[in-house]
Formats: sequence, structure tokens, C-alpha cells
Amino acid sequence: MTALHELSVAELSKALRTRGLSSVELTRAFLARIEQHQGKLNAFISILYDTALAEAQRADARLRLGEAGALIGVPLAHKDIFCTQGHKTTCGSRMLADFVSPYDATVVARLRAAGVVTLGKTNMDEFAMGSSNETSYFGPVRNPWDLTRVPGGSSGGSAAAVAARLTPAATATDTGGSIRQPAALCGITGIKPTYGRVSRFGMIAFASSLDQGGLLTRSAEDSALLLSAMAGFDERDSTSVELPVPDYAATLEQPLKGLKIGLLKEFFDDGLDADTAQRIRDALEVLHQQGATLREVSLPHLPLSVPTYYVVAPAECSSNLARYDGVRFGYRCDNPRDLLDLYQRSRGEGFGAEVKRRIMTGTYVLSAGYYDAYYLKAQRVRALISADFERAFHEVDVLIGPTTPTPAFELGAKTSNPVTMYLNDIYTIGANLAGLPAISVPCGLVQGLPVGLQIVGPHFAEPKLLNVAHRYQQETDWHRRAPPGFS
Amino acid sequence: MSLSRQDIDKIAHLARLALTESEIPAYVENLSRILALVGELERAETNQVEPMAHPLPGQRQRLRADAVTATDQHELYQRNAPQVEAGLYLVPRVIE
Repeated sequence: MTALHELSVAELSKALRTRGLSSVELTRAFLARIEQHQGKLNAFISILYDTALAEAQRADARLRLGEAGALIGVPLAHKDIFCTQGHKTTCGSRMLADFVSPYDATVVARLRAAGVVTLGKTNMDEFAMGSSNETSYFGPVRNPWDLTRVPGGSSGGSAAAVAARLTPAATATDTGGSIRQPAALCGITGIKPTYGRVSRFGMIAFASSLDQGGLLTRSAEDSALLLSAMAGFDERDSTSVELPVPDYAATLEQPLKGLKIGLLKEFFDDGLDADTAQRIRDALEVLHQQGATLREVSLPHLPLSVPTYYVVAPAECSSNLARYDGVRFGYRCDNPRDLLDLYQRSRGEGFGAEVKRRIMTGTYVLSAGYYDAYYLKAQRVRALISADFERAFHEVDVLIGPTTPTPAFELGAKTSNPVTMYLNDIYTIGANLAGLPAISVPCGLVQGLPVGLQIVGPHFAEPKLLNVAHRYQQETDWHRRAPPGFS
Repeated sequence: MSLSRQDIDKIAHLARLALTESEIPAYVENLSRILALVGELERAETNQVEPMAHPLPGQRQRLRADAVTATDQHELYQRNAPQVEAGLYLVPRVIE
């Protein structure tokens, strides 16, 4: 029999109904695994032993009553950016190290209503600013494929936990690649939905025109099941989109015959590792074999996406993080001399180096005399990048390329120069700027480290992305590979 | 674009961030690097392009009825405050 931690969400759902497996038993098994590996990976900030078991008992009661709902009793972990009522919600920061959320994020409330059990809150880069999970106040997360390497970021804890089979799935967020990049580096599946598809209410804000909640799972099928429960209109998020949520699982099996794939020319650049490029070409061949047609597509403004992002995101971050003032909630410095000293030292001591760097960059590009040259200019280039994507989707159904230029890098390798870290997101940022849905799926190994294939679609094309990813996963078994020592 | 020590002091003040003396050289260097990166934007021809603030086309700001929908929960919310007295947030004296 397959071990419990190897079962997919769909299989767990079935086992809870037909095999006499209880959610309490399942929850205990995952909590034990988390405890066993937490010292090595540091994937969690909070492990919710007591409430998880209480939730599992309630789920078992619902199951005994024969309640419908595929997710009842299935365990899951939340990125510590999502507010969870009565639990610490730290966002990976000293600023919120003792913050106990008085309410649930909409994502948390919806999954709770669907019956999932929350195992814990996962580690992350501070305020989701980072690509390696090294900016967390609670220490770095390690990649289960190689403990000397980073898991990616900012959702590094969620990715490492799913890859190491410490949870069947985890929530995550993506502002510039924070779901897809760690998915690629940890050999799992990660979907960033269309901007506005998943509610941002209770999801701690970083850059509000880019932030989007999503999922890290082992397969596209599991993402489809969870996304159906998580997505949808929320009046408490002013940019939530009023569109019905499709049943994402219903269209997974559609044949790929006639699918028009665009190969992103700009992604196969000098910065792309040759072995990674080969794995992407191998994956494209698998899709071609299933009847998809391939053509090269050029998005000429895409190489400007990193500079555009590093104006827009810091600008929005400097504004969003102004709320941390040491007065109403969060960290306060000792013995403030006056109100200005209280603001400045609470923020100076409460935020880490990367967060301060971005707040200062944002403050600068928004300051008098620079606003037009930087901020308005970046918004204009953002429009050009978005128009490039729109033109491409007149010709093709999806765009495909690598998720990252290289597999996971070593801890500390990119911490001395922030720009080298920023360039790791070169292939993922475009989808955020244009608000597009995108998914990363594992497509091979390079020297024992996972490689991610990225599929980008037009707005609200999540069903198509999940369909392509699922069909690819029917033909390959990369998504079933566990890191050595975690099977 | 290279920033000076004085530029960093000014930006940090605008952002209400107290920096320690030992942190400052790294910010001078790294913010200059970041501005060099974003300087690449000058290459793009954007005279005829409208700035884009929202990633989805055709979205409009929703409005709701002007009705009371939230209940008073200040006691719950103030549990996270560093210092509270009689339902008020305490800060250092502002008016002498």
C-alpha cells in the first residue's frame, strides 16, 4: 500500500470516504512528519498541533454524516501571509512576530468551510520580498532536494513542505514569481491564477496591483480541486473579479490535439542554463506528440519586465508598508524619545534589510521630481509588455518556456548583490505585470535538481493551463518523484 | 545613477526608517545598483503609451451602499497594540 503522505489530494479524499481512513489519523501522520523534518528544512513558522486535531475531529463528524465535499478532512498548510483567526500571522517578519490575527483571510475561510484541516503556517521571505526564502526573520528554508540549496521564494516554506511530503498541498502567493519559482526549484506544481481571481482580503499586502494568491501542490489535478474551492468573487477585495468559478477538475482530460503553443523566444536567452533548456525542449516534444503545434513567438518588451517590476513593486510596497507604525499593531521599539523616533526606530528595527531596501527604492521613485521619470515611465512600459502578451494570444493558446534560468542555487550565493537575486525572476515577472495566469510543472532533473516548465495563458485561462499541465503529467512522472530521503 | 550618503539619509527620513551607521554603506551601494537596473527603462519608447495602473482591462471601482456593515470590535483589535489605555492607543507626548 502507498504511504499516506504519498497520496494525492484526490486519493486522500477518496480514502477518507471509502477506506475507513479518518482525518484525525491522517492529520496525526502529517504532523508527525512535519515534526520529524522541521529541524532540517525549517519549512514552518507555526505548527498547529491542537487546532489541527480539533479540525480533523470536526471533519470526521462531517464525513460520518455523509456530507458531500471533496476536501472534507484533507490536511493543508497556509503560507504565513494569510491571516488565520486566533493564530500568529507573521509574514516572515519581526514586525509581525507576535501578531495574532483577529480574523480569517477569505482564502482561509473558504478552505475551512470546504473542510480542510490546517496543519500549520509556512515560512516565507519577509513580507514576500525575496526569491530564496533567505530574508525570513525566522531563518532560511532549505531545499529538500539538496539541503545546501535554497527552495526559492517567497513561498519557500510552502514549496519545501509540499515537496518533502509534509503536507499534501499548501497555499502561496505570487507577486513576481513567488509561487512558480519555488515550485520549479522544489520539483512541484504551482499555479498563479489571473489577477483578481482569488481574493486578497486577509492576504498581507506587498504590491497590490501584482499580488495574487494561489497554490503549491504535487499535481495539476490537486491544484484544480483546491482552486475550485479557493477562487471566486469577494466583495471585501476591491479588485476581486465578478466572474463565476468553473469546475477546474472537469476539463483536465481534454485532448491537446490542435493546441497552439507559443515558444517564448525571449526566454531562451543567454542567461538560460543549457541543460535546463534541454529539459524544456524535451517537455515540448511530449506535448507535440499529443497533437499540439509549436511556433516561436517574440515579445519584444519582455526583457524590460525586471526593471519595470523593480519600480512598480517597490512603489506599491512603500505605500502598503506605511501602515506599520509601531502604534496600532506590530513591533514597537523600546523607550521612544518622541513620536518620530517611535516611527523610525520601530520600522528600522522591525523590518529586515531587503524590506527596507524595497521601501526606500519605492520612496525614491515616488518622490517629488522622480515620479514621472521612474513610476509613470514604468507604468507605460508595463502597458507595452501587457500589449505584447495580448498580441501573442491572438496567435497562440498558451505560451511556454522555462520557469527559472537555472535549478536551485546554493544558500548565500546571491545575498550580497540584490540585483543578481532579482534577475532570478526574469521569466516569471511578465505574467504578474500583465495579470495573467501561469503554472509551473516539474519537467526533469539537472544534476539531481528539479527543473520547472512554465505555461502562461490569457486572462482567466486557468482551465486551459491545468488541462495542459495535467495531460503532460499523464505522460510523464516527474511530478511523482520525491526528493531522496523524503519518499 | 549613483546615490550619495546624503540621498540615503533623505530617503530613509521620507520612509520613516532609522538606519544604523553600519547599515548605510550597503544601502548606498545596493540602491545605486537597483537604480542602474531600472535605468534600462529609458530604452523604451513610450511617448504614445498610456500608463497602466491595473492589470485587467475594463475594470471599474465597485461601490457599495453607504450603510453600516461592520460592528465595533476595537477591544479585539487592540489586543495586538503595543500600548493601550482606556481603549486608546498610547504614543509619546506630542503636544507639550
